[in-house]
Amino acid sequence: MTRVLTEAELEEKFQARIDAEEKIEPKDWMPDKYRKNVLRQMSQHAHSEVIGMQPEGNWITRAPTLHRKCILLAKVQDEGGHGLYLYSAAETLGTSREEMNDALHDGRAKYASIFNYPTVTWADMGAIGWLVDGAAIVNQVSLQRTSYGPYSRGMVRICKEESFHQRQGYHIMMVLMRGSDEQKNMAQDALNRFWWPSMMMFGPHDTESAHTAQSMKWKIKRQTNDELRQKFVDQSVKQAEVIGLKIPDPDLKWNEERGHYDFGEIDWEEFKQVVNGNGLCNRQRMAHHIKAQEEGKWVRDAITAYEEKKRQRADQAAA
Amino acid sequence: MTDNNAKEIIKQYAIRLGDDALVQGHRLSEWCRNGPFLEEDLALTNVALDFIGRARMFYSYAADIDGGDYSEDSYAYQRDCRDFTNLLIHELPGGDFAFTMARQYLMDEYSLMFMERLCDSSDETLAAVAAKSVKESRYHLRRSRDWMLRLGDGTQESHKRLQKALGDLWGYMPEVFELDDLEQGLADQGIAVDSAALKGGWEKAVRATFSEATIDVPADDWSVRGGRQGMHTEYLGHMLSDLQFVQRAYPGQEW
Ligand SMILES: [Fe+2]
Ligand SMILES: [Fe+2]
Ligand SMILES: [Fe+2]
Repeated sequence: MTRVLTEAELEEKFQARIDAEEKIEPKDWMPDKYRKNVLRQMSQHAHSEVIGMQPEGNWITRAPTLHRKCILLAKVQDEGGHGLYLYSAAETLGTSREEMNDALHDGRAKYASIFNYPTVTWADMGAIGWLVDGAAIVNQVSLQRTSYGPYSRGMVRICKEESFHQRQGYHIMMVLMRGSDEQKNMAQDALNRFWWPSMMMFGPHDTESAHTAQSMKWKIKRQTNDELRQKFVDQSVKQAEVIGLKIPDPDLKWNEERGHYDFGEIDWEEFKQVVNGNGLCNRQRMAHHIKAQEEGKWVRDAITAYEEKKRQRADQAAA
Repeated sequence: MTDNNAKEIIKQYAIRLGDDALVQGHRLSEWCRNGPFLEEDLALTNVALDFIGRARMFYSYAADIDGGDYSEDSYAYQRDCRDFTNLLIHELPGGDFAFTMARQYLMDEYSLMFMERLCDSSDETLAAVAAKSVKESRYHLRRSRDWMLRLGDGTQESHKRLQKALGDLWGYMPEVFELDDLEQGLADQGIAVDSAALKGGWEKAVRATFSEATIDVPADDWSVRGGRQGMHTEYLGHMLSDLQFVQRAYPGQEW
């Protein structure tokens, strides 16, 4: 007869599986903290995809050409699709989409703070695709190797679409930079506004990050915030240069020794302010999400009632 | 009639169909991020994309005929209210979900019949656009008809909302089945669809759905028309100020 393993032994076996690069699947034993940590990260990611539909959705009706309108619509739709995959991946850990939404609405769950910044000109569609999706890709490519199976597989699917988004965003910027002075200014202004918030997307420095050490040990995260941020800077500098945009950081310069760009310090006070509700759009984003959910309630109720009637009719016919 | 003249008339017809598709697609696109649940949000966006795609094909055809600097965007972005020739029903604001789906259903039923006929047009380009559209419209109709049943036979509230929406839309339907001289002329040549001839089949299909959805057929006691002649409700101008903002604010640029 096999002896029941103690919690400590289970954890040891679990860590051994992680160390051997095995994926953890929904039915496997996992430490409670691991479950909570993965769930927190997936729900935050899912909410970010869905809340992220708002700033870009803001320009769907105003896209300057029919082609751009189709690309933007399809892009925002993709983000909603990413939200759907991620909610279902998170649901494998036993929390429903509804519960995750409730947590979002009462502030227990978070979404990426970048979406609290407003989209005020068409160029912002370029800056978001290029930088925000660009930063997301850096993060998500790394997460393809995350230890939780459903999350890892979700990332593989999502990354393909994200790289389209990034190219499309960059293309918007490129066309603007080939255009009139007004268009060039519009593009540069969008970069000026979105650069630092994009840098903040990777989160606090490793030394300040509450979750990093344990997440790395469990391989929920595969690279630290600072490593990912560096990768993002290195790839973006050249892209900006090629089309004549200037990254708004006076301290940015190539460091031969490190083989990376050095860059200036993030304004962590701004980061804290925006996370804590003082961004231009925090309230708008939440109000919008709640309003759509409330206005859709009678529709969802209608489906439930209709399905119930159908079932009753089928039962009667069978009786 | 000279060849040029004939082409000019076909172009105007293509623009009408493009306007219908664009205005309808634009209204649907307003739902993106506002749907009653995420799956429906994505599905509505798909339909919006189909219509905007359809508009681009009709407009591109018009641009081919106009030649020169004309492109699909010229028609969408450079014309004012009085130049738009869409059917009025498309320009009405989306309203609640019942209103949007009711309009969608009434027009999907029509569009499928219309596009099936347009496939037989002697104009090859129109026939090719129609062939692609038929497949989309089949899917659109399956969806919107389903919604009629769910909303009509769902809760009291959904029933009431749907019945009200259909009442508010009903008077815009007669225009859909009327042909002016331009369309009649093209229909006689086998180029345009004789939409008047679709009315009987449409009514039959709609009545069948209404009865299954426990919905009453609205009274035929009012009707509004004018879209094909460039007479519009006040809603279209606001839609255009949204749609055209960037191109109007920064004229003559590439985007
Ligand atoms: Fe995404
Ligand atoms: Fe993402
Ligand atoms: Fe994306």
